[in-house]
Amino acid sequence: MVQLYHRYGALLATLLIAATAIWVLMMVVLPYLVMAEYSFHPNLPMMQQGGPDDVYTLSNYASLFSGIDLLNGELPDDFRVFLRTIWGSTLVTFISLVVCYPVAWHLAKAAKPEQVGLLILLLIIPFWINEILRTFAWYIILAYNGPLNSALLGMGLLDKPYRWLSGSGGVLIGMTYAFILFMMFPLINAIETLDISQVEAARDLGAPEWQIHRRIVIPHAKPGIAVGSIMVFVLAASSYIVPAVLGSPGTRWFTETIYIWFFEGQDWPRGSAYAFILLGLCVVFILSVMRIFRVGLTDIAK
Amino acid sequence: MRKLTGSDILIRAYLVLFFFFLLAPLGVMVIATFNSSRFPTVTPWLGTTTKWFDALFNDPQMWEGLVNSLIVGVAVVLVSVPLGTAAAMVLDNLHRQARTFVYAVMVSPLLTPGVIIGISTLVFWDRLGVKGGLHLAVIGQSSFITAYIMLMVLARLQRLDRSQEEAALDLGASHPQVFRKILLPYLRSSLVAGGVLAFFQSFENYNTTLFTRGTDITLTIYIASKVRTGLTPAVNALGVILITLTIVGAVGYEIMRRREVARAAAARRQAELEEIPANALVIADAH
Repeated sequence: MVQLYHRYGALLATLLIAATAIWVLMMVVLPYLVMAEYSFHPNLPMMQQGGPDDVYTLSNYASLFSGIDLLNGELPDDFRVFLRTIWGSTLVTFISLVVCYPVAWHLAKAAKPEQVGLLILLLIIPFWINEILRTFAWYIILAYNGPLNSALLGMGLLDKPYRWLSGSGGVLIGMTYAFILFMMFPLINAIETLDISQVEAARDLGAPEWQIHRRIVIPHAKPGIAVGSIMVFVLAASSYIVPAVLGSPGTRWFTETIYIWFFEGQDWPRGSAYAFILLGLCVVFILSVMRIFRVGLTDIAK
Repeated sequence: MRKLTGSDILIRAYLVLFFFFLLAPLGVMVIATFNSSRFPTVTPWLGTTTKWFDALFNDPQMWEGLVNSLIVGVAVVLVSVPLGTAAAMVLDNLHRQARTFVYAVMVSPLLTPGVIIGISTLVFWDRLGVKGGLHLAVIGQSSFITAYIMLMVLARLQRLDRSQEEAALDLGASHPQVFRKILLPYLRSSLVAGGVLAFFQSFENYNTTLFTRGTDITLTIYIASKVRTGLTPAVNALGVILITLTIVGAVGYEIMRRREVARAAAARRQAELEEIPANALVIADAH
């Protein structure tokens, strides 16, 4: 602080601090705090807000879990959606990691340098296209009369067209496609720093290829795996458009539930509580991954 | 040279498959634009047409969304570049302990889902009596886009040689003069790149805008509504246009970035300087 005044003078330093405060307080910290506070209010009409009924309550949070009957295996709708979101996002994260790993290894270490530039460009191009449009492309591909079914029928792999868009399959494919590069680049960055002589030494000593990856490359790539997993999981869990376009009412996502409580149910406090639960889910995932893989915040925000 | 082994062939086949998976959907979307079928599809092919471009250009909603997106994009640049620069300068001068904490708060919007940024912005301003609309979309988007700018400017500030500043002050320059004549020119490349990044981030934002827009539409909101309900190949026509512009823009940005890097390298003979983090573009559409 003192240094700031010393370097830029009183007027400029004060302006800089004021501008920073506007951003940090008015656009980041206070909105979170107000949303948190709001989520503990009952949903009352405008007239009764601040009245005697306006007491702090946990009911907006409890409503996600109320009606869980483990004995009969009955789950309330919102909770079922919440579980599906966790499970689906985890699956997308894992699929992305498996799909990316061979490509990342190849681009970081195996490919010739003159190829790498072109391949990286090919990776980035689809990434620059709007997520909604990329999702829409999959809608066309997976449609009942679409090219995928035509191709599979033509090759004799299917007897009759498959309804890709009525189960979770379309959502998982669409999300993997939408977020895969958030796994790819951290992986490439991490593997790139590996000293290739370690791999050559292992190879010379007769280690089979899978052992080289298990014992050398994957442990070295841990920070990349952590960052990629965090990015993909958070993006998948908070995705709205992919499940909205490629899913069906039976595959609703938690973000859609939140939207419905806000704009169709007109229950903002409950929507806020659910948003907070979603945020909590992401924070828990981020912290667990940071702990398991031993990486810090500065590694992630690169 | 090693001979091609079985695993080499396997990895090559896998790469071909992977890039097919990555690029084929874009091809399908482009091709579907020119099919005269009433629905967006490539099978069956009902004849080649460009009528979906006409349908797109004759849709007043599309124009409204486009104009709104441009307005919001420019506003986000005007808000986030100054705020992000100020935040980076403040952070750069903080002591170690305060710095770690403030840094964590400042990058938190980058790890927060876009929908939640939208919701918290909506609820916060609603309590202050401000309803949703384009202005709120600007505030919501700027909340996390400012964090990108902050990181880009901070990276540059940390390499600043402060002796220039001190020399100018010793020679009698005023503080505002030092800021204008030394710091701003030094930060220029980061500010330009940050501005470009901020605009495109804003232009293609959906999640935050969805909750803050009120009843206004932006281009992404228009696309999403057409994709979800209208089901007309006019959206594909828009996709073709955006893909073309995107590729042109990407190439232009890359050329600009390389030129900046080359200029800096020539000036300081430190070729490994990463003037504008290429990664910033990669993490760009996290929201």
